[in-house]
Amino acid sequence: MQSPITLTVNGEAKALPAPASVADLLASIGLDGRKVAVERNLEIVPRSLWPVTPLESGDELEIVAFIGGG
Amino acid sequence: MPQMDLDFTDAELHRYSRNILLSDVGAIGQARLRAARVLVVGAGGLGSPLALYLAAAGVGTIGLVDDDRLELSNLQRQIAHTTDRIGRNKAESAAEAIAALNPLVRVEPHALRLDAASAADLVPRYDIICDGTDNFPTRFLLGDACHLAGRPLVSAAVLRFEGQLSVFRGHLGAPHPCHRCLHPNPPPPGLVPSCSEAGVLGAVTGVMGTLQATEVLKLIMGIGEPLDGRLLLWDALDARMRTVKLRRDPGCALCGEHATIQDLAGHA
Repeated sequence: MQSPITLTVNGEAKALPAPASVADLLASIGLDGRKVAVERNLEIVPRSLWPVTPLESGDELEIVAFIGGG
Repeated sequence: MPQMDLDFTDAELHRYSRNILLSDVGAIGQARLRAARVLVVGAGGLGSPLALYLAAAGVGTIGLVDDDRLELSNLQRQIAHTTDRIGRNKAESAAEAIAALNPLVRVEPHALRLDAASAADLVPRYDIICDGTDNFPTRFLLGDACHLAGRPLVSAAVLRFEGQLSVFRGHLGAPHPCHRCLHPNPPPPGLVPSCSEAGVLGAVTGVMGTLQATEVLKLIMGIGEPLDGRLLLWDALDARMRTVKLRRDPGCALCGEHATIQDLAGHA
């Protein structure tokens, strides 16, 4: 069995069973992906690549709220 | 490019002297500002500082789109307007503010709600388009219209104590992302609150509208590094501003290889 992946998500430590994608992370947090963008190591991960973008230990992620006020 | 008119009146040289003194601006930059046509969609919290700074800087023609009437609850942040103009159309009220600040600017108020027909009509008539609107359907309509018409979109958004800003020029091709590379679709109604539901600090809209104006001025003059392929994120409570990379989404419905959006037919 692989050891878990250890991430930083919005500044807090989080562990996920390996292997895990960006889509898996959102599912584990229980976040509705339609209202966020995901930033991994200072880059926004394009939505269509969420299921195929693997997470690695040490990755820093930020969940960026989708806002539209003016 | 048409020959640039570099003749300035004494009043122009005096008014814009602090611009022209900047080595990256000079008379050529000032002439570019004067020749530019910028469309500001939404004359609210973002559009107020945005339009005022564009006007003060000497942008020659500013279009303003807004169909709303000014309300008392707008004045906590929408500083182009005044208490005695409550009830007036916001595009017309902001046009008055611009005229008072800089009568050399030509203002074109469009007192209408942007729909597919008016977007297709208005967007191509301006060089740069700014999104300062308060709802997702208009944001996506405007973003699509800019991409299809080949116009740069300078888009800012605010909520509570947060702001976001980016420049989208997906029409230039790779590697430039379009607005749908960040968010492919608007959120379903009710999922993300508006400023009228969740609140917004007025000064936050002021900062973001002013950053938006700065990006527009940079684009017009061709100076610095545009915020293209990047997303600026500001959290006022943390006093933290970050810029993250934004890539083109290969699966994007607007600019991807298999794009499905070819016109504005999907919009109201």
